Amino acid sequence: MTDPHHQAPRKPQGLPAIAVAMGALFFAGLVGLMLYGVVRSGDADRDVLPSALIGKPAPDFVLPLLHYPSVEVGAAQLRGAPYVLNVWGSWCVECRVEHPVLTAFAQTKRVRVVGYNWKDEPEDALRWLERYGNPFFVVLADKEGRYALDWGVAGAPETFLVDGSGIVRWKHTGPLTEQVVQERLLPALEQVEQAR
Amino acid sequence: MLPELGQVLLALAFLVSLLQSVLPLAGAQRGNAAWMAVARPAAYAQLLLMSGAFALLTWAFVAQDFSVKYVADNSNTLLPVIYRYSAVWGAHEGSLLLWALVLALWSAAVALLSRTLPQVVVARVLGVLGLVAVGIIAFMVFTSNPFARLLPAPLEGRDLNPLLQDPGLIFHPPLLYVGYVGFSVPFAFAMAALLEGRIDARWLRWTRPWTNVAWAFLTLGIGLGSWWAYYELGWGGWWFWDPVENAIFMPWLVGAALIHSQAVTEKRGSFAGWTLLLAIATFSLSLLGTFLVRSGVLTSVHAFAADPSRGMFILVFLAAAVGASLLLYVRRAGHLEPGAGFQPASRETLLLLNNLLLASACAMVLLGTLYPLLADALGLGKISVGPPYFGLLFFVLMVPLVALVPFGPLVRWQRDQPSKVMALLLPWLGLAIALGVLAWFLAPQGKWKSALGVAGAAWVAGGTLYFAWKRLRNSGRLTAEMWGMTLAHLGVAVFVVGVLLEGAQSLDHEVALKAGQSVQLGQYEFVFQGVDQQQGPNYLADRGHVQVLRHGRELALLHPEKRAYASGGQVMTEAGILPGLTGDVYVAMGEPLGDGAWAVAVHIKRFVRWIWAGALLMALGGLVTAADRRFRRPPQEKPA
Amino acid sequence: MSASVLPVATGLLAPARAWLALALLALCFTAQAQPAGNPAPLQFNDAAEETRFRALAAELRCVLCQNQSLADSHAQIAQDMRREVLELMRQGRSDAQIKQFLVDRYGEFVLYRPLLERHTLLLWFGPAGVLLVGAAVVWRIVRRRAAGAAHDNAGTGAASEGEQEW
Repeated sequence: MTDPHHQAPRKPQGLPAIAVAMGALFFAGLVGLMLYGVVRSGDADRDVLPSALIGKPAPDFVLPLLHYPSVEVGAAQLRGAPYVLNVWGSWCVECRVEHPVLTAFAQTKRVRVVGYNWKDEPEDALRWLERYGNPFFVVLADKEGRYALDWGVAGAPETFLVDGSGIVRWKHTGPLTEQVVQERLLPALEQVEQAR
Repeated sequence: MLPELGQVLLALAFLVSLLQSVLPLAGAQRGNAAWMAVARPAAYAQLLLMSGAFALLTWAFVAQDFSVKYVADNSNTLLPVIYRYSAVWGAHEGSLLLWALVLALWSAAVALLSRTLPQVVVARVLGVLGLVAVGIIAFMVFTSNPFARLLPAPLEGRDLNPLLQDPGLIFHPPLLYVGYVGFSVPFAFAMAALLEGRIDARWLRWTRPWTNVAWAFLTLGIGLGSWWAYYELGWGGWWFWDPVENAIFMPWLVGAALIHSQAVTEKRGSFAGWTLLLAIATFSLSLLGTFLVRSGVLTSVHAFAADPSRGMFILVFLAAAVGASLLLYVRRAGHLEPGAGFQPASRETLLLLNNLLLASACAMVLLGTLYPLLADALGLGKISVGPPYFGLLFFVLMVPLVALVPFGPLVRWQRDQPSKVMALLLPWLGLAIALGVLAWFLAPQGKWKSALGVAGAAWVAGGTLYFAWKRLRNSGRLTAEMWGMTLAHLGVAVFVVGVLLEGAQSLDHEVALKAGQSVQLGQYEFVFQGVDQQQGPNYLADRGHVQVLRHGRELALLHPEKRAYASGGQVMTEAGILPGLTGDVYVAMGEPLGDGAWAVAVHIKRFVRWIWAGALLMALGGLVTAADRRFRRPPQEKPA
Repeated sequence: MSASVLPVATGLLAPARAWLALALLALCFTAQAQPAGNPAPLQFNDAAEETRFRALAAELRCVLCQNQSLADSHAQIAQDMRREVLELMRQGRSDAQIKQFLVDRYGEFVLYRPLLERHTLLLWFGPAGVLLVGAAVVWRIVRRRAAGAAHDNAGTGAASEGEQEW
């Protein structure tokens, strides 16, 4: 069947060094990447989508006020001083959760807190504010959600910090907590205030 | 009391797996027959203990013992009885127990069926399998105890994830596990060969059927998962290149390469080093897949932070297992005897190319799956890598593979004349091209895709059938190995035509309908007859009635549903499907739109069943090959 | 985080790591809430528009769900985005412009087909690189073994049909 002479005396050599080196590098890299992934997996906002608007001008919206529907407020009118924009809705359970934190922050009167009522029936929104309290400087009503896409909103609650010149400086996805306010929002706000 | 017994059994299994690994491996190094002899009984003992633990967990589910936390988290009093059994592997801890049980089954099978092998080999193989068991059982015992108690016991459990309350999902995990855990056997053989310092053709003769069987089951598991996703997820997709799917697809690809490489090494003595490396790679990818899916590294939205300690444990195990095996490989593989030479025009070359393409496809899938994580780590932002990437690159890599398939069985080992083989296959190439052109003209849409699919499939099928016919004509018989190859390669053809024609010819439409209204799609008319409510064992369903007509004649009455599960209010979409040889009619309901109107999605999924038929054929081919008598012949010593 | 957001999520996510990932193929879980929306199916002007839309939506990612295309997701924001995409299509914008529109607002995450830029060069050309390196290795092996074969098989050239074991 097989040629009896085919076992030529060939000396087996070790694996080529470059293959071993590349293999080792690849293996180390892969383990390192997995390690990074594991360490980061414990991070609660690992998967939060960072805002694409950071450093860019806020969308040029014009929306009616929730409390005074005949009055329209635009982005330009909010310029001159920084403001915090909070996206919420009466249908949003997490907004209820962050409400006390947001209220406490708004009461420090450090910065205007503008409410962005997203995809809500005005009666429901007004009732919600009456029931839980209104921390907002003004509340913009975007019933159709016309500008939510421009803001890069994916869900509620989301909170933006916009500086005096109308540039978006910071965004938080999900409910605000004391920790987030202290460790992230306030430092960002300080930076914005100092830069003026 | 019984759950505690379960924990005891797990602890015992841990000890036994230590015995199964340490003693035989040390014994093999030292030539100590007594130590080596521990391997078999230890493997049997482990199977016994694992089966016992698994039975106890099953009992806890069936008896609805909510004092066991895992049971409380994954079932409730309304859960139908059959799903109480499959809920055992419905979540992390239980599925780990299944993993360990499957490993114990494979190890015991190896112990049972290895009489003809030298004791040293058996000791090493079972020893390595024992080491894998040590890792998995330790992972369970220290971080993921399925028997942990929840006291005081709640009166009602949460529920089994409604997605898993389905017959398809009963079998999907066990099949997958038999598959990719089964790759531990060729891995263990590779380790044994490296430890021994040589690779013996008879060992390969022994390993090959195991690899084939494992790969076949993995094929079945993946195919079943795809089919399940199709009918359960509600929009008729059958593959999403999701990280979890990719994690299981990678060992499949490299496992296919391993099967082919083992054939070469067994028959010709060549590529021993590559075969060993592929065996290590396949099992490493199995472990990597296990890691990726359980560690929280790849989920992209989660409400809770994942538990990094679990991920860390499994990463350490993965890194240690793969690192050690690669280290051993580097030290020993270079000293294996290379096989006989061969000319460029030979089957050896073709199989090298085959494996190159499969391995490159695997590398592509790995890269695409991990790239978002890599980009995140390097601060490059959040990037998505989805079906447009994977689909395109996979197609590009598979085209040359599909082109080469018919040559493989016809080309001789060592040297052949390319012109001769080409002449044999030329008529089939012509036929394939002709059919492709015909498809191009006949296709109402997606002409190029259809043409490519038909031509590619005809080429593979024609060449493969020609080989079978030629063999039968010349020698009157085909070995099981040849039958298996024929079936598997035909499966490839069926799969190719299914995928491409489904992508090219399927129709989709979504429309708002009220009772009595109808919509036309392709040759079919769908008459929506309204929705009524139905109470299921643990859900409330909005059951739609959709009449499917063709040329005015009723074909079927379909009942798509929207089910709200009592436990968590989660809403599942159950599609109404009319299966067919040339295509499925697929109806799913969207949201109620008020006023009695519903959003209804209708699809014609052309040739979609061919996709799973192809997978089935491939799996069958793997199993038939494994049954070949050559693997049970008393082996002659044929050192490589 | 409050368990009241999605009681479903609490029940499902706590234990089910492996099946979670599989389950979330289908469902859109989020730490944020979604408003009730208008789930009415989009109306297309003609088949060509529908085909183009579906192809485009399949290449875009739902920004909220775990791993769903814009075409498949039921989330409210996905519905809004689909309407916007259709609107932009009708305004005459090209696919590339529509993609850029969304990238400007949501980042590259929204693209299932990664951009071809400096930071994705490895992604797009890596597999080709692997293939080329592999092909070079195969070439080297074949050449080396061919030399060996010439050396070994001086006698077996005329082995006839059927003699060789398969």
